[in-house]
Amino acid sequence: MDALQLLVAGVSQGCVYGLIALGFVLIYKATEVVNFAQGELMMIGAFIAYTFINILAWPYFYGVLATLLSMAVIGVVLERLLIRPMLGEPPFAVLMLTIGLGFLLRAVAGAIWGAEPKTLSTPYASDVLQLGEIIVGYGNLAIVLGTGVLCLALFLFFRYSRLGIAMQAASQNQLAAVYSGIPVARLVTGVWAVSALIAAIAGVLVAPVSLIDPQIGFIGVKAFAAAIVGGFGSLPGAMVGGLLIGIAEQFAGLYLPPGFSDVTAYIILLVMLFVRPQGIFASMMQKKV
Amino acid sequence: MSDLLTLSNVETYYGPVMAIRGVSMTVRTGDVTCLLGANGAGKTTVLKTISGAMEPQKGEILFNGESLKGLAPDVIARRGIAHVPEGREVFAFLSVEDNLKMGAYSRRDSRVASDLALVYDYFPVLRDKRRQSAALLSGGQQQMLAIGRALMLRPQLMLLDEPSLGLSPKLVAEIADIIVRLNQEQGVTVLLVEQNAAMALSRSDFGYVLENGRIVMEDKAAVLADAPDVQEFYLGMKDDGVRGGRRWKKRKTWR
Repeated sequence: MDALQLLVAGVSQGCVYGLIALGFVLIYKATEVVNFAQGELMMIGAFIAYTFINILAWPYFYGVLATLLSMAVIGVVLERLLIRPMLGEPPFAVLMLTIGLGFLLRAVAGAIWGAEPKTLSTPYASDVLQLGEIIVGYGNLAIVLGTGVLCLALFLFFRYSRLGIAMQAASQNQLAAVYSGIPVARLVTGVWAVSALIAAIAGVLVAPVSLIDPQIGFIGVKAFAAAIVGGFGSLPGAMVGGLLIGIAEQFAGLYLPPGFSDVTAYIILLVMLFVRPQGIFASMMQKKV
Repeated sequence: MSDLLTLSNVETYYGPVMAIRGVSMTVRTGDVTCLLGANGAGKTTVLKTISGAMEPQKGEILFNGESLKGLAPDVIARRGIAHVPEGREVFAFLSVEDNLKMGAYSRRDSRVASDLALVYDYFPVLRDKRRQSAALLSGGQQQMLAIGRALMLRPQLMLLDEPSLGLSPKLVAEIADIIVRLNQEQGVTVLLVEQNAAMALSRSDFGYVLENGRIVMEDKAAVLADAPDVQEFYLGMKDDGVRGGRRWKKRKTWR
């Protein structure tokens, strides 16, 4: 039963990694930019939810809705203000910019909300679900369910909606998309909004389970490993990579000496890069010359 | 007939390198106009400059009498210029049908569905493979898909960059015939860039010859096809039977 209990905890943690990894992959596929501030966006999302729900005492549902909206707006503003002017600069420069943005967001969050950990109050988080001998907190259940619903929504969006297909088209062949009259610049802004939205959802889901402080964005580093393990550029891969790392961490925590749990993500990453460098879901086909 | 597209003294640079050096040309409504030239003559650059992917340093481009200066390429596409780039750039991981629908992304009218059927009528092979991803198509089919996608924009002007590149002679003739049919049946004005001068001249109304970024000849296609310089340098014909040699001594009349 121990193993099953660990699995549940691992899946829930893995979903969080997966959600952040989704944000990495979305932006990377659309713009070939790696947004290293994705974890910090999650942190900001959690703090905004805390502000609405705990400080302003809005009802949970409206607080979450307001958080999602504000984060989408923040995504748009970041793209317009920081990323678009960098168009045509080397990818390395943009990458440094996003790392800088991460530092900035941490500092800003520390200045506004302070360094001591906060808890987001929810109507559900304190309860647990007893399934035989396994105990699942509602907070963890919400993470898994929320992630599932979000993945389904993303799948439907990219598979069937005109806008979603256009976003895929723009990421697959920017030149052809532009020549077809697709407003690629506007779609890229949209991708940033979606990706900030996902970060916000991750933040809202994770905040009731773990404490919120300006440092929780560092989880993004592990999520980045998850994205690579899944095959950078594959949305299902990001989820699978996240789950893999989340589950492995839990088991390493129990069965391996102390300290191993924190490096599991990187061990998996290293092994993956040796064995199958293109990741689990290698969606990137070699570009034909 | 009226002029659909006019370039006057257009100069475009790649960094410090001047790729086209003062090109002036006209595409008349309803014509198939071809632009011939060797590798590196600047043909593709001319098309990229028209479609807005490159910004001209000097000169003016008028489409329907309006300047295209400073417009983003997707805006220019929505004005009615569909650019089919070299190397058949398709959306490799989208299905054939989604590729075509993306061509009509900017359109809001109700004729998109009937236009899709129309594209399938011109290229029946695409209808057979409409659920497959575009990456699985052969080169010729991808070229057809790229042309079909451009048609979905319902453009006034179609810019075709080397549609014959890398295709078998049979396919080249097939695609060339379809281009002519699109021109005649759908009223699409065509600017065709080609290295395959024989194919291009036989299908065009008017032709330009581009060399080192300059227009060196322009005339009706039939006249160009008979011009000795074009015959020798672009159509590979010789006026005497001497093997080799001559080519190096003879100078082009425009030099």
